[in-house]
Amino acid sequence: MKRKVYLDHNATTPLHPEVKKTMIEAMDAFGNPSSLHSFGRQARRIIDDARDRIASFIDGKGEDIVFSGSGSEANNTVLNLLYCAARHCEAPHTKRHQIITSQIEHPCILEAAACLEERGIDVVYLPVDRTGKIDMDKYSSLISDKTALVTVMMANNEIGTIQDIKEIGKIAHKHGAMFHTDAIQAVGKIPVNVHELGVDYISLSAHKIYGPKGVGALYVSPGVPFCPFIRGGHQEKGRRAGTENTIGIAGFGKAIEMRVTEMAPEAKRLLSLKARLKAGIEKNVPNIQFNGHPADSLPGTLNVSFFGAEGEAILLYLDLEGIAVSTGSACASGSLDPSHVLIAAGLPAEEAHGSIRISMGRDNTEEDIDYTVEKIALVIDKIRKMSTVR
Amino acid sequence: MDNKFQWVYSEKVKDHFIHPRNVLEDEAKYNADGRGIVGNIKCGDEMIVAIKVDKEKNTIAECKWKTYGCASAIASTSILSEIVIGKTLDQAYHLTAKDIAKELGGLPEHKIHCSVLGHKALRAAIEDYYTRSGMTDKVEEEKAHIICQCMNVTDIEIEQAVLEGARTYLELQEHTKLGTVCGQCKDKAIQMLEEYKKKHFSK
Ligand SMILES: Cc1ncc(COP(=O)(O)O)c(C=O)c1O
Repeated sequence: MKRKVYLDHNATTPLHPEVKKTMIEAMDAFGNPSSLHSFGRQARRIIDDARDRIASFIDGKGEDIVFSGSGSEANNTVLNLLYCAARHCEAPHTKRHQIITSQIEHPCILEAAACLEERGIDVVYLPVDRTGKIDMDKYSSLISDKTALVTVMMANNEIGTIQDIKEIGKIAHKHGAMFHTDAIQAVGKIPVNVHELGVDYISLSAHKIYGPKGVGALYVSPGVPFCPFIRGGHQEKGRRAGTENTIGIAGFGKAIEMRVTEMAPEAKRLLSLKARLKAGIEKNVPNIQFNGHPADSLPGTLNVSFFGAEGEAILLYLDLEGIAVSTGSACASGSLDPSHVLIAAGLPAEEAHGSIRISMGRDNTEEDIDYTVEKIALVIDKIRKMSTVR
Repeated sequence: MDNKFQWVYSEKVKDHFIHPRNVLEDEAKYNADGRGIVGNIKCGDEMIVAIKVDKEKNTIAECKWKTYGCASAIASTSILSEIVIGKTLDQAYHLTAKDIAKELGGLPEHKIHCSVLGHKALRAAIEDYYTRSGMTDKVEEEKAHIICQCMNVTDIEIEQAVLEGARTYLELQEHTKLGTVCGQCKDKAIQMLEEYKKKHFSK
């Protein structure tokens, strides 16, 4: 049988076997968590256990966690909560009319921000340097007492760059702005501590850390403004309507529980796999370039550009060898533009078109990496032989 | 597991992607009668087509190519290099992106726009052949000028878009996708838009 190597863990991850077990068990707890009878209480118990686990993993309290239907929903919730115009809303229409974010955020932040722009909010998109770090000078010079919210992602999904969240948050608070970080790629991969970082809101998602898809959470620091994005129910203390996804939340809780013991050793292992992968590519493929930050980067993420080769072609040839990666090329996205992250990091379009993201996870082995390096070398050579660019 | 799921493109595309035909391996040694290049790597696609012509029959005897681009770009140039053999220069010149996509068993619409450029490279190669063999009248008669290098939009397509109702630069972009990548052609395109508007719609 042909080898299968999954190297797209930043897109999503397989379920941890323990998570799967927990979810299967939770399937029998069918009661509505809002019901007072024993069936409801059984489901409620599962959800609140998960809530406490997730909270304690980031050093918060269970009551500060609001479950959502995805990481994207958690992000959208934050971008919308400051500008609710309803009179009864506990988060009143803010007098501040500016939001600061970065050019490399996930589309769910960028598009939600674009909607706010249409509603007259001034949105600043901070540039990043070649390694993907945001321009702190520009940030410090643009923030003011007009800034309502600063939202900067903790770790980037495409290039893995980790931002100096603590510092960014400090500056936000100095100016009285709220601070949110999309830590969807960070929580469970690198340490995240709400007190250490001093953030007001943090977005989380289960499916990037061996939990199920379609479950996210928002950490809301005590006392900060809040306004529900989905209305119509008392669930989540009135902060997110909709009967809870008991099975998914149970899985999320278990996924986090597994991270408590597995995160640190896995990070160490992934760093060594990444070093092996980098060395292998460097040795076997000429004319390449690694993108992202050399040190402050997610342990399992490597982004590389191959000159003279186009990303979708690389992806599909590797797929034929059983290897799954992703690309920043326009062709794979259905749009005409290559990755906004790589372009923001200053890569010329042709380098972005030829980029591949390799994101490793808990099941990957050294043999997987060696196999991948061997196939990458063959595939790039094949593509370059027929390429107009040498 | 592979076989249980349909591939992203048709089986024909897959076949040409895995086994590309007629790749121009050593350009320097290949004595082409005509050579054309279109696209731009900045936009993600660039193609070179080189042809040999059967001068007695005025048909294409050989067609070789090189492509920088995605799977459908590679496959569409590969299949083009097969179907043009034996066609007269006139027939070959008038092949369209849709013809190629049809041969491939279909492509998604956005892929036809952005990755099927082989026929344009082929046209350029045929024009090059006409020029080299002194048939400049042939070139003038046929020639469409590419205005937008990224999306390979020609003056003829701009004129067509104006006739179809495009009146502003934005509408022109919607009709042709011109200027949606690097934007360098904007000034030129606006100038042509005005010219065609004048030509067709002023009293
Ligand atoms: C940084 C980042 N933010 C947000 C999301 C969206 O999360 P979800 O897929 O749970 O909606 C993702 C993953 O796709 C991500 O990587």
